[in-house]
Parts: sequence; structure tokens; C-alpha cells
Amino acid sequence: MGTLNPLWFFMKKSMTVALFGITISDRYATVYSLTGTSMSPTFTTSSPGFPGYLKGISFVKAIQAKNDQMFIGYVNRNLSKLISRMITGDIVLVEKFCLEKYKFSRGDVIAFKSPSDHKREFVKRLIALPGDWMQIPDTSDILKIPEGHCWVEGDNKEFSLDSRHFGPIPLGLVQGRVTHIIWPPQRTSKVERKVAMERVR
Amino acid sequence: MSTAGSRIASFLSGAAARFGKVPWREIREEAFDRAVLVLKAACFVHVVNTYVVGIAFVRGPSMLPTINLTGDVVAVERVSPRWGSLAVGDVVILLSPENPRKTVAKRVLGLEGDAVTFLVDPARGSASQTVVVPGGHVWVQGDNIYSSRDSRQFGPVPYGLIQGRAFCKVWPPEAVGLIGQKL
Repeated sequence: MGTLNPLWFFMKKSMTVALFGITISDRYATVYSLTGTSMSPTFTTSSPGFPGYLKGISFVKAIQAKNDQMFIGYVNRNLSKLISRMITGDIVLVEKFCLEKYKFSRGDVIAFKSPSDHKREFVKRLIALPGDWMQIPDTSDILKIPEGHCWVEGDNKEFSLDSRHFGPIPLGLVQGRVTHIIWPPQRTSKVERKVAMERVR
Repeated sequence: MSTAGSRIASFLSGAAARFGKVPWREIREEAFDRAVLVLKAACFVHVVNTYVVGIAFVRGPSMLPTINLTGDVVAVERVSPRWGSLAVGDVVILLSPENPRKTVAKRVLGLEGDAVTFLVDPARGSASQTVVVPGGHVWVQGDNIYSSRDSRQFGPVPYGLIQGRAFCKVWPPEAVGLIGQKL
């Protein structure tokens, strides 16, 4: 009975934290770790592999300098691989208050579920809202964005899979708006709105 | 005059003493605990509603005779869409591709890769069309094809718009029952 009580207490506390965390992450704001180069230079990501591994190594060497034991060294090497694989890019804050009324502005960076695979999420910039007339890039076609849809494009045109490939996306797929970069510390900033006035009416 | 003044003074000092005796710290702690309990309950309701099962009020003519014109309350399970285990014939709740603030109920008639044949305009003849559903999309139609805005008008919808599967009617009591697969 004596050993059960602290376990029960711990489980109750972690259950509460999990409930609060999930609710806040679903309704108010959450944190995304970005991958891919489709939004550079707004967001930067290092490719998983050598450069990322180096970042992880330098983080762990500081710890290793304190612990010279073989076992701890082994654990730290794997930890550095894990960290470098997890954090390969900027970490951003995504707010969900905009989903109340689905009210966005042109130039917002938004996160949305991919129309071809509902398990993957993309982060791109919103170029045009429903009812806008816009010129499709690299053509002279004009398109009217249907009601309930929007046009998204990545900032890095060559490496971005966006509305130029899958067309306007329904606003119901949008999961939030990226407002701030919160990691790494030297890149912490507010994500600015960039409007392409010459292409959208 | 002095008795009135001294009576006021004694009243005030008595009030201050009684104020000091009130167990403010215990009241604060209990209020905080109650508030945390209410918040925990609200979060629990949110988690269950979003990830397990919720209810929805569905009305309109597009799903007659399955769902009443004046409205039925249905139980919506959230597990199947998340696991990708929807099947043709399921009634799903989804965000309308024409207005993300509107939720609609329709039946799935085709999953990705299926070829769906439908009547283009059933009120005006029997011209039909066949469409192959692209990857990551589903084809939805209302049971009442004469009065329904569905994939025949707005095309196949991305899977990500689906919010849940309506599996059971819970209100009004005479309509209670499972919602079947109609093929």
C-alpha cells in the first residue's frame, strides 16, 4: 500500500497535465517542429544527417566533458543522434484562435492538412482568399478562388509543393496560423505577413 | 453624542475582529481546487469529444430518409477517420468545402481510387457520369439526391475535412437506432 500511493499520485498528476496539454494544444496554441526547405528563408531547417548530427554532437560534448565513464558516454552518443534527428529545423508557435471564425489575412503563414494525405501537414504562406482573382504563377491564366478555398504557396518557389500543384485548398483543412519562431534562440522572432499585391486582386 | 460615537467604534472593531476570524486561506485554497476541478472536467469533455465520440445535431433535406428534415441528434465516433478505416456506405460528418464554418452530414460513396458513377441531374433525366476519386479524397453524396449539395457539385473532398462517422441516432427517442450502410 505504501508504494502504491506515490505511483497513484504521479499518475493522477500526469493525467491532469496531459488533459490540459491536449486541450490547449487543440484549441489555443501549439508548437511545431518544421522540416523541409519549402519556406526558406522565412524558416530554415538543417537536413537530417551530417550537419544536424554535428549540432547534436556539440550539445552533448558539453555534457560528456563532465562524465568520462564509458556507460554514460554510450548513452550520450545515442542521445545526440536522437536530438539531431528530432530537431532538424525551426520550432514555431502555431495559434488556433483564427480557427474560430476562419478569419485569415493574405500573407499569413498557415499550417494545413495536405489534401492528398490527411496524415501530413504542410506549412505555407496564404496568398489569396476566397473570391480573389489571382494570376497563376508562370502562366498568364487568371483564376478566381472558389468560396471556402484559399491559395497557398511556399516562399522557396523551386522546392515547394503547394497550390501550384494541387490547386486551391478548402479552408477546412487549415489547422492554425504560425505566429512566432521560438527556437533556435538566435532566430526567435515574429513571423511577418508578406503580401504579393501585384498578383492578387 | 459620545455614546453614538462609541457604539460605532465598537461595531467597527467587532467587525474587524470577525473579519480576521474568517478562514481566508482555507476559502482561497478550496476555491482554487474547485476551479481546477472544473477546468479538468472541461478538458476531459474536450478530449473525449475530439478523439472518442461526440454528438451532433443534423438537419436538412439532403439525407432523407435516413435523417429527418427537422433534425436528429446523432452520435459521431472520431476513431474511424483518424485510423483511416472509413468504408463505402458510412455516413460522415465533414466540414463543408464551400464554407469551413458549416458542418454537413453525407454518405461516403467512394474512397480514393474508386470509380464512382452518379446521376448528374436526377430531376432531369438519367444522364450519368463516372469519376475516379483522386488519392487522399472521398466522394460523398446525400441520400436524397434530389435535394443535396454534395460531391456532384463540389467534387471529391479531401479526407482531412472529415470530422467523424455518424453511427447511431440518439434523439428523438422514436428515431433511436444504428445508422446502416446503404449501398
